[in-house]
Amino acid sequence: MDISISITVNGAVHQDDVEPRTLLVHHLRDGVGLTGTNVGCDTSSCGACTVLLDGESVKSCTVLAVQADGGAVTTIEGLADGDTMHPVQAAFQEHHGLQCGYCTPGMVLAAVSLLREQPNPSEADVREGLEGNLCRCTGYHNIVKAVLAVAGGAS
Amino acid sequence: MIPSAFDYVRADSVDAAIAALVEHGDDAKLLAGGHSLLPLMKLRLATPAVLVDIGRLAELSYVRDAGDHVAIGGLTRHHDLETSGLLGAEAPLLRHAAGQVGDPQVRHRGTIGGSLAHGDPASDLPAVLLALRATLAVTGPGGVREVPVDDFFQGFLETALEPTELLTEIRIPKAAGAGWSFQKFNRRAQDWAIVGVALVRNGTTGVGLVNMGSVPLRAGGVEAALAGGASDADAAALAAEGTEPSADLNASAEFRRHLARVLSVGPSPKPQADP
Repeated sequence: MDISISITVNGAVHQDDVEPRTLLVHHLRDGVGLTGTNVGCDTSSCGACTVLLDGESVKSCTVLAVQADGGAVTTIEGLADGDTMHPVQAAFQEHHGLQCGYCTPGMVLAAVSLLREQPNPSEADVREGLEGNLCRCTGYHNIVKAVLAVAGGAS
Repeated sequence: MIPSAFDYVRADSVDAAIAALVEHGDDAKLLAGGHSLLPLMKLRLATPAVLVDIGRLAELSYVRDAGDHVAIGGLTRHHDLETSGLLGAEAPLLRHAAGQVGDPQVRHRGTIGGSLAHGDPASDLPAVLLALRATLAVTGPGGVREVPVDDFFQGFLETALEPTELLTEIRIPKAAGAGWSFQKFNRRAQDWAIVGVALVRNGTTGVGLVNMGSVPLRAGGVEAALAGGASDADAAALAAEGTEPSADLNASAEFRRHLARVLSVGPSPKPQADP
């Protein structure tokens, strides 16, 4: 039986009827129509599907859409302010924190969540804080540089 | 991967959750943070007909000073454990180990009660609670009963919980000033431990083993040797006694026994700061 849910996605309220087994990532991509959130491993290992749920990073392949009912989700599409990139996005560009880009939306949102919890992380803090996100281009070094560049600034 | 279809019930109280479990019996599973259950459901290794969502029961999310012990609500997330000042003072081993579970995203959702109720011998927290000699408060239709952690894990992914019961509170005897260590060996940062050892020593000594058999295990030989005044090295040499670790692509059984012995060389008995 479908369940009626209401989720605020990037500031806009989305009301939908979903099957209880619908995963949040599929609801965001197929229901809400925001395909910036990628499905990677689909086993809560790789972090490509990371979004913010009520301000905290979660793996949206391992959250049911009904669990997010009433909550606020931020996807990669919701980070920029108009044409102005979010500081973490800008730092990824500046420091070449991406190669193929597949992990990037999840990596950026994991970094945003990390910096909210630890505004001034050490390099070790950043590496540990991003341990739930895999980059198969192995571009970790520049990703860490980008996050450290934002640390201490506005994020 | 999509779970098989199920009916969804959202419980707004502990009583409502138990009533739903009574109504649906073996067909129902409790959903807390979902980070043990949902992966199993996506692989269709678990196919419950009904999910009873207790994830919004805020009254079960707390870390409280309860006199001689610290009381932790079953729905307290790993993230809240790893940032708890009270745990840092009174049970720093648990605070530290909670920060080693999975990765930040997993710790934002996963709960201590969910991890224990899942009963996975490869999970970190069951071994930690064995070392800390915790007591678990379980609530069912007849009220609350206490289960010592040693009686809780009964088989592979099997616990002392009845189908109509809910793990509501974890009680940790205070151990401020105890020496402790939690060491796990794995190949990649976020993986489950190939083997892990949680160790406490103060007045009493507790040693819990991760992934050394089909259930989380107490290393009784190490505890007895340490209590009897054996050296750390002599005690740690007994860590694999009585265990039957599995072999898989990560490690042979003999390698696991070796790891248990190496990781059981614990801290000095003096107090240790939370790193």
